[in-house]
Amino acid sequence: MNPIPVDAIKSTLSDARLQNAIYSSTARLMDKRAHAIAPDAIDDFQGLRTQANAIKRHAIDNLDYYLEQLEQNVIARGGKVVWCRDAGEAIQFVLQLSREKGVKRIVKSKSMTTEEIDLNEHLEHGGIEVVETDLGEYILQLAHEKPYHIVAPALHKTRYDVADIFTETLKVERVEEPEQQTQVARRVLREKFITADLGITGANFLIADSGAIVLVENEGNARLSSSAPRIQIAIAGLEKIIPRAQDLATFLKVLGRSATGQPLTVYTSFLSGPRRPGEIDGPEEFYLVLMDNGRTRLLADEGKRQSLYCIRCGACLNHCPVYRKIGGHNYPWVYSGPIGAIISPQFHGVTQDPWLPFASSLCGACSEVCPVKIDIPQVLLELRADITHAKRKEGAGQWERRAFRLFSYVMRRPRLYEMAAAMASSVFPGSRGAWLRSLPRLLRLPPVMGWLSHRDLPPPPERSFRALWRERQRAKGGN
Amino acid sequence: MADVLERLGYQIDFPEAQTCCGQPAFNSGFWEEARGVARHFLDTFEGDGPIVVPSGSCSAMCSHHYADLFQDDPAQMARVKAISSRVYEFSRFLTEVVQVDDLGASFPHTVTYHDSCHALRELKIKAGPRQLLSKVRGLTLKEMDAAEECCGFGGTFSVKFPNVSGGMAQTKLDSILRTGASHIVSIDSSCLMQLQGVISRQELPLKTIHLAEVLASR
Ligand code: SF4
Repeated sequence: MNPIPVDAIKSTLSDARLQNAIYSSTARLMDKRAHAIAPDAIDDFQGLRTQANAIKRHAIDNLDYYLEQLEQNVIARGGKVVWCRDAGEAIQFVLQLSREKGVKRIVKSKSMTTEEIDLNEHLEHGGIEVVETDLGEYILQLAHEKPYHIVAPALHKTRYDVADIFTETLKVERVEEPEQQTQVARRVLREKFITADLGITGANFLIADSGAIVLVENEGNARLSSSAPRIQIAIAGLEKIIPRAQDLATFLKVLGRSATGQPLTVYTSFLSGPRRPGEIDGPEEFYLVLMDNGRTRLLADEGKRQSLYCIRCGACLNHCPVYRKIGGHNYPWVYSGPIGAIISPQFHGVTQDPWLPFASSLCGACSEVCPVKIDIPQVLLELRADITHAKRKEGAGQWERRAFRLFSYVMRRPRLYEMAAAMASSVFPGSRGAWLRSLPRLLRLPPVMGWLSHRDLPPPPERSFRALWRERQRAKGGN
Repeated sequence: MADVLERLGYQIDFPEAQTCCGQPAFNSGFWEEARGVARHFLDTFEGDGPIVVPSGSCSAMCSHHYADLFQDDPAQMARVKAISSRVYEFSRFLTEVVQVDDLGASFPHTVTYHDSCHALRELKIKAGPRQLLSKVRGLTLKEMDAAEECCGFGGTFSVKFPNVSGGMAQTKLDSILRTGASHIVSIDSSCLMQLQGVISRQELPLKTIHLAEVLASR
């Protein structure tokens, strides 16, 4: 049971530069999304969300059927499908293939699934050079950091930070303009693309009826990673499946808009196996790694299964007031924000970071924007109940349990409730409606002190509503 | 609220056995404890008249989440269904059941309206309270840029994560201060308590007030 990372959160909150970077970047993304989904920009965006939800629901409910169909179609196009139960199997496969084929250098395009299994670290351990080719990911690789956001991994870095990182690690002349910085990265990365033996990508969608893997991106690096090297691996979570090629239209319409406010991302690539006789480009070998790594465990729970609908657009992060305060690195896993808060406990077990689903005011901004309509607050509520249940079994969380038992006891007894309220008023006879900045020693319990660290407490009313009500009824000559 | 409703000719019954809807326990994962309180609520409010609630989050608890608590209990579920169709958040009761918007109130101040998250997203209440405010004599409504952003309360969230919750309140208050309003109006007392706590601590030139109080002002 990991505790709340209180100090790390505090340091994020007190870093004004970082706070500003998070707030303004997310505000920009929110704004762009709002424009892109407005009725004058697209017809019936809400209808598309409903449709996207229905397709995902159907796909996940029939996962076994569509995965088999996908496998057959990938094989028919000359690709190989590798099923991996967990991170270890996926890593082992890539390492072994690299050794067999004499791979020295790997180029990678942005993929949360590979972040999820720390693939880079393992490959580097195995003596293989891995280069991230998405600009944001590349910056973070140089800085030895994990993504801060599932769509904009270097969201927390300003261009001055990037200038520092480039001059330090690449030993290049300092440039502070984003365009120039892009040129620097481009020069280095071009060389890597040309000389890499293996390209690794993720997958945004797996189309069952055509065996195609779809990648959406803005920089062209995913297209290069999947076409320049002689061997290609796409690593995907099982849940990326959609049934038919025509379903893609719905998802492409909602994904770009929700993520970055783009009607469509700059590149949409379809990978469908290795180069065939007569074709002039494409890899010689093509592998699709289908990874479970905890996903099928989520299928068991009908209520929370919807967590697998996620298309990783990042909109819930941008709109989450908690993410916008604590940023991406205070979440326990690479998946941050509201989606991280619901999938981390389901993948890792609810007791590993039992605080996580409670780190939410349940405001619902996330589900309001989610393009596949995942009811995130509802899943959080169910996870909270699971955690409380698990703690009860382990005998942990005694105090809170006692408090809520007492709460429940009092709230079922109106007389007692009235007495408790009257007692509270009598403790502060002199408060006269002024808000309280401190409390008598006896009442300085941790939750109260938490509240008082930032706010004053309302004084208990001098007369309860009940008392006023009775008086009012008497005055009216009623009962 | 009682004043406003009586003025409209309604007879009000205040069942004195009432306590709480159980939301604090429910939101904290203590569903068993919440069920006990919810059962007490169902007993207390047995009957057939509309139940008017001066809070978006308590209304949402009854109309949306009692169903979560009793999903495996068909007997209670029937009562939950009956109750949830009778529960109305106060402003919704006025605009949709009574169908009035002008209550003859007068409140000569510049105010801003805070959309409480439960009212906005679970109950889909947005236009109603604004409509009611627009008819109040002397009142000027100034919209804030972050009207739909959470105040950071979230029940036990506010004490488990006081820094984050406080930071959210700050963002909200910054937006409110930019409007130049003297009062923050809302239909949820818990949001107002959160905001008032910070206002009091920082001695900001702002007051919080429930919509019902504004509508009862003459
Ligand atoms: S949960 Fe929804 S909003 Fe969040 S990243 Fe996934 S698809 Fe996007």
